[in-house]
Amino acid sequence: MRTSAHLRIGDQPWVKWSLITLALSLVTLLLLVPLFAIFAQAFSGGLESYIANVTDRFTLHAIGLTLFVAALTVPINLVFGVFLAWLVTRFEFPGRKLLITLIDIPFAVSPVVAGLLYLLLYGSNGWIGSRLMDHDIQLMFSWPGILMVTVFVTCPFVARELIPLMQQQGKEEEEAGVTLGASGWQLFRRITLPNIQWALIYGVVLTNARAVGEFGAVSVVSGNIRGETNTLPLHVELLYQDYNVVGAFASSSLLAGIALLTLFVKSFVEWRQARQRHALNEEEI
Amino acid sequence: MSIRVENVSKRFGKFQALEPLSLEIPDGQLVGLLGPSGSGKTTLLRIIAGLESADTGRILFHGDDVTRVHVRDRRVGFVFQHYALFRHMTVAENIAFGLEVMPKVQRPNAKEIKKRVHDLLEMVQLGQLANRYPAQLSGGQKQRVALARALAMQPQVLLLDEPFGALDAKVRKDLRRWLRNLHDELHFTSVFVTHDQEEALELSDQVVVMSAGKIEQVDTPQTLYAQPDSRFVLGFLGHINVLQGDVNQGRLSQGDAWITLNGHPNAKAVECYFRPHEVKLQTQPSPTAHLPLKVSAVSLIGAEVRVELEADGWSSPEPWEVGISHAEYNAWQPMRGDRCYAVPEVGHLFSSDKTEPELIQWSQAQQSPVVGARSSVVSLFASA
Amino acid sequence: MSLAITSAISLNPSKRVLPGFALSLGISLLFISLILLLPITGLLLQTAGMSWNEYWSVISDPRVVASYKVTLWAAAWASAFNGVVGLLLAWVLVRYEFPGKRIVDALMDLPFALPTAVAGITLSALFAENGWYGSILAEAGIKVAFTPLGIIVAMSFTSLPFVVRTVQPVLEDLAVEDEEAAISMGGSDLTVFRRVIFPSLWPALLTGIALSFTRSLGEFGAVIFIAGNMPYVSEITSLMIFIRLQEFDYAAASAIASVVLLASLILLFLINIWQAFYLRRIHGR
Repeated sequence: MRTSAHLRIGDQPWVKWSLITLALSLVTLLLLVPLFAIFAQAFSGGLESYIANVTDRFTLHAIGLTLFVAALTVPINLVFGVFLAWLVTRFEFPGRKLLITLIDIPFAVSPVVAGLLYLLLYGSNGWIGSRLMDHDIQLMFSWPGILMVTVFVTCPFVARELIPLMQQQGKEEEEAGVTLGASGWQLFRRITLPNIQWALIYGVVLTNARAVGEFGAVSVVSGNIRGETNTLPLHVELLYQDYNVVGAFASSSLLAGIALLTLFVKSFVEWRQARQRHALNEEEI
Repeated sequence: MSIRVENVSKRFGKFQALEPLSLEIPDGQLVGLLGPSGSGKTTLLRIIAGLESADTGRILFHGDDVTRVHVRDRRVGFVFQHYALFRHMTVAENIAFGLEVMPKVQRPNAKEIKKRVHDLLEMVQLGQLANRYPAQLSGGQKQRVALARALAMQPQVLLLDEPFGALDAKVRKDLRRWLRNLHDELHFTSVFVTHDQEEALELSDQVVVMSAGKIEQVDTPQTLYAQPDSRFVLGFLGHINVLQGDVNQGRLSQGDAWITLNGHPNAKAVECYFRPHEVKLQTQPSPTAHLPLKVSAVSLIGAEVRVELEADGWSSPEPWEVGISHAEYNAWQPMRGDRCYAVPEVGHLFSSDKTEPELIQWSQAQQSPVVGARSSVVSLFASA
Repeated sequence: MSLAITSAISLNPSKRVLPGFALSLGISLLFISLILLLPITGLLLQTAGMSWNEYWSVISDPRVVASYKVTLWAAAWASAFNGVVGLLLAWVLVRYEFPGKRIVDALMDLPFALPTAVAGITLSALFAENGWYGSILAEAGIKVAFTPLGIIVAMSFTSLPFVVRTVQPVLEDLAVEDEEAAISMGGSDLTVFRRVIFPSLWPALLTGIALSFTRSLGEFGAVIFIAGNMPYVSEITSLMIFIRLQEFDYAAASAIASVVLLASLILLFLINIWQAFYLRRIHGR
């Protein structure tokens, strides 16, 4: 990409290689070793004990609940993210900037505070929760509560991926579509969606990764009932506190696997987008 | 289809993009909206298309009020400045799009669509590129795809936003000619936006000159050039040379410079504009004009030699420019610092209270006999 | 023609060119109100029910104040550390080519993708006295796990990508000409870095550090496993909220949460304003 013909600082071999060595050592210490440690610990009791840990009744239940919550969270935030991105990138209206800032709140708020917010409102003493109790509906300390806080914590991801991309692509293609007579659904389906599909996939993967891994907010509203309201990260905590370190890491390895998959999808999507940008640049020449 | 714009205005926040304005575009004409950036020409075009809504006024197509008709239903062909081709569709898919999104009842069958796309591709001479993607096309090719896509709907109105703005000079000329032919062949009404005066004058049946959200003048290219009716239009259509001064006893003067204005009442702050081809250069002043100048630069490129001059003994807001033929140049051989006199044949006089100019002509008879005197350089000037 | 137009008028009274404004505005506002604003209002109502004296005594309780200090200090150290390391990593990733660069680049997002609880138990296992790192550090007399130092480690890990990812694009866009001009005028590498590169870099660096700081203030999952959670020494504020909740003291939990929420909202708005400001300066708009 970069032609070495340019005069740039830090290109003398000794500077370059000492900086690279330092950076790689840090990456190894800070990221690679911890990643490796998860799997090393998980398999420290051998493959059989790993399988036994992963297929434990409570672990399986935790996996099921976690996947169930993620499977509901992703479509909810996907729909919301697409509508919000369409709104703020395709229209000018007062309050648009505020809306973009508001959507960042879940990123800035401590997950424990997020959980508390929901507990206060929907808990049995809460303003809404107490009314629901009258109808025997309990949201907190059961899966709907876990779902609600997970939606809260992950709601910015899809929108945050789409907004910069859609802003950069502009609305001319959609306008061209309208002059050619396309309806709203035709516009989205045939013009917008093909242009944003990779960012959308990445947004979904991020949402999923965070939904599966959320700990703080979920631990406030779950009640940690083993085999009932225990998600996989909470299960990891329980096992760890029970001094079942190998079990905790076995469950962790599943979550780490999802994280690695997320990184892979991200790299792939970025590679696709770079190729698209490359094509666009050629277009301008 | 004729287009009528009635009292249309538009404001973006604090910025008045269009003052209330009206315009009549007869059926079958090719009309250019000409103006500098920020003059409101693109806004007007987008309002006609329905891509922008006007704050006041109405748009009529063929006498029908379409002001509140959505752009989707206006059935205009619109060509975007940066083409706005669908980047993930091939050339053929781009052109077919408008046909494919039609409601089922109106939509031609697949075979018919294929044939129409094929015909359009032939028309824009891109038959062999049907399966390419926009990123693989040159600017001129993209522009033609954009046109074909807009024409697929057989619109009666074709609107083009800076259609040749992003293309290089050669391609631009070819496409211009091609668009003119296409227009003559298919008889739709076309409106295009440009900031290039040459393009507007060459291509249009009528030119609409705009500035600061207002229409300055609407005329055929010939009339527009011969009788520009405001300082702005005059200035926008090319370089102008200016003499600013006061009129006293039939003479407009400032410093050492003056021109005769027989019978003109005394007035302060009067400006007279001369275009480069309306002025001759002589070694002597004439009885009707005394405009001493000093050569500051000479540009030889082009059909004419362009001489840039500084006011000598008076002041001008900008340097003067006068075009002389290469023959005149070879005879005179002007150098930097050479002194000479400008003798105007035609001037556009603006009094301070009027926006419209008064056309002043100095007849040959009135001109100095010196012109006729066979002093070496001048004779060539006079005969040119 | 005129028939079609009359019917179109009744169908399309909207002044917007692209479709879906009302729908996307409706969905976005409904979602943001329900998911974000309603719960936050709930918290405000809860704290409004307390008298000022009650409120003040809860949030100025010595143990809570100690937790503010620990959280702020640890977050400050963690984000400062990330500023240095993040700048180095971004520099190496943008400027140099080396084998495995793509993998390192992908791995950089691991802390975002890895569930915080997993990060927490992994770091605590690594830094424990018998862990891979802890045993080496113990020989040097440094104790990380179950001390405030551990909090810093956990916070650094979870917020490392912020600095890298904000500095990276700016480094990529640096004008080669400025640098060449400075070098050709005889500037040494350090001078060129200090006088030419750093001035265009520091706004992004500061943004990255601020984001890292904000995230660290709210970090919970990774921290509680490694912090030891000793009152007055290594308890973070999020944990204080959690503890109050487990004591069913919702009022106190809400009071402390309101402080945290306010602080993070102020930080979020400041960062947004700052970003808008310096983007305008760079792009001249």
